[in-house]
Amino acid sequence: MSQTITEKILAAHCGKKEVHPGEFIEADVDIVLGNDITAPPAIKEFEKFGIKKVFNKDRIMLVPDHFTPNKDIKSAQQVKEMREFTKKYGITHFFELGCMGVEHALLPEQGLVYPGQLIIGADSHTCTYGALGAFSTGVGSTDMAAGMATGKVWLKVPEQMKFVFKGKFNKWVSGKDLMLYLIGKIGVDGARYRTLEITGPAIDKLSMDSRLSMANMAIEAGGKNGIFIPDEKTKQYVESAWKSHKDTKHGKALYYSSDADAQYMSVTEYDCAEIEPQVAFPHLPENTKPISKVGKVKIDQSFIGSCTNGRIEDLRIAAKVLKGKKRHSDVRLIVIPATQEIWQQANDEGLFDIFMKAGAAISTPTCGPCLGGHMGILAEGERAVATSNRNFVGRMGHPKSEVYLSNAAIAAASAVAGQLASPEDL
Amino acid sequence: MQGKAWKFKDHVDTDLIIPARYLNTHDPLELAKHCMEDADPSFAGKVSKGDIIVAGENFGCGSSREHAPVAIKAAGVSAVVAKSFARIFFRNAINIGLPIVELSATDEINEGDILDIDVENGSLKNVTAGKNYKIEPFPAFMKNIINKGGLVNYVKSKR
Repeated sequence: MSQTITEKILAAHCGKKEVHPGEFIEADVDIVLGNDITAPPAIKEFEKFGIKKVFNKDRIMLVPDHFTPNKDIKSAQQVKEMREFTKKYGITHFFELGCMGVEHALLPEQGLVYPGQLIIGADSHTCTYGALGAFSTGVGSTDMAAGMATGKVWLKVPEQMKFVFKGKFNKWVSGKDLMLYLIGKIGVDGARYRTLEITGPAIDKLSMDSRLSMANMAIEAGGKNGIFIPDEKTKQYVESAWKSHKDTKHGKALYYSSDADAQYMSVTEYDCAEIEPQVAFPHLPENTKPISKVGKVKIDQSFIGSCTNGRIEDLRIAAKVLKGKKRHSDVRLIVIPATQEIWQQANDEGLFDIFMKAGAAISTPTCGPCLGGHMGILAEGERAVATSNRNFVGRMGHPKSEVYLSNAAIAAASAVAGQLASPEDL
Repeated sequence: MQGKAWKFKDHVDTDLIIPARYLNTHDPLELAKHCMEDADPSFAGKVSKGDIIVAGENFGCGSSREHAPVAIKAAGVSAVVAKSFARIFFRNAINIGLPIVELSATDEINEGDILDIDVENGSLKNVTAGKNYKIEPFPAFMKNIINKGGLVNYVKSKR
């Protein structure tokens, strides 16, 4: 029978020829991931199994990124629990401060996640790795614990939705805008429990950084996974990651694709000519407006970073907009490269010089302000434009603050203008 | 289980259920103190043991934080009834043993109504309004995890 890429990966991981939407499977996992919020309770649950070994010490990824460098004593305690667990069970991949990064930017960069894998992570944005042609989904801490103990996860095979992007990109549009546009169309539960397979001639032209930022937000449409058919760009990305990280142990990448006559519950086409840079208004990612229709919205802070848009492509775009300009005197501009390597690269390319002259504060990698953790919390009544993925009530601070989601170009331009703006407005 | 209904809207996200500013701990009792805080700051103070959360679509959307169902359970809530649940919240609730019920008619339930839920027989009774609803049973696979008392026990029972 014809199968989608998602169905093929799931079938391959539960020893079946094919799987069907709605079916429950117990699948083998290749990678189990956790962070400094979700791993500590998973460790507590893991200890309840009373076993001496994890399923595979090389396939568990522990990334303390949310509240690091530790913002307070309790957070420090949580990372300490991760460190102790790492030593006790000989976990290979614990990313200490100084070699860490925001998990979903870090693992692809390190060549630790790649096409054909089945990945679970105790972080909702684990769906990011679908950009590489892997099945990757967010789970909770108990699932993470069971995954670490058994190397297995229970899954319901999701229904398949296909989204086809065609046409030419408008200026300043990146993957983020295509995804915000899609979420604006189908809503925050438009793909609940389902797969978003994202494809089409426009996607073929998209960079890996942009694809990663799109897959990252599959969860914002309620999706179980977002997935892209791996192509030559994917292959180059993965092989270059392996080449520059010679110590990374990895298996064979498997490049699946969907059969031409695979079954989808829906197929939707979007014309990129219709898509301007998008801004998602508070308090849901589905509240999108094209930048030309945002009106006058004054902002207090602009945050460029996160697992959605803290990659080198985003920093280059921000630098292009900010070059020779200064932030508005009423705006705090915070730039957080998502990993150490991105930080190094941005530094080498002279981007920091541009950011510093623009009046930005540049931080070491952390999830920080994205989830209202630290490094840029909003006060009552304040507004931020952010390149992150969520604008829920209180997401970046006070319950009466507001978050507007955009790409890096809009966030940079808004910092200069003091209000939501396009680089074309400057 | 019987309890008083507390009503919430559509798309109650995990930041409303337990804001990230409290995620520097995973102690259930600490989390319970801030349960639903950004949706209703007075909730943790007024909820009684056995009470039931009743909400609209997509309850628990957003983060994977298991702290959300843990906070709800530790606050004494006996079940969550919603039109639909976000998928990670759904599986977390199953995995930690917080009863959840999908019911399309939650608009017919008012805050303060006394509800009686019988998961085993698939029925929900609004005692205050005198209305009965049938609830869809969980698929056998999930029932098995629930009956074992959550995922850890389920996995242990298979080893």
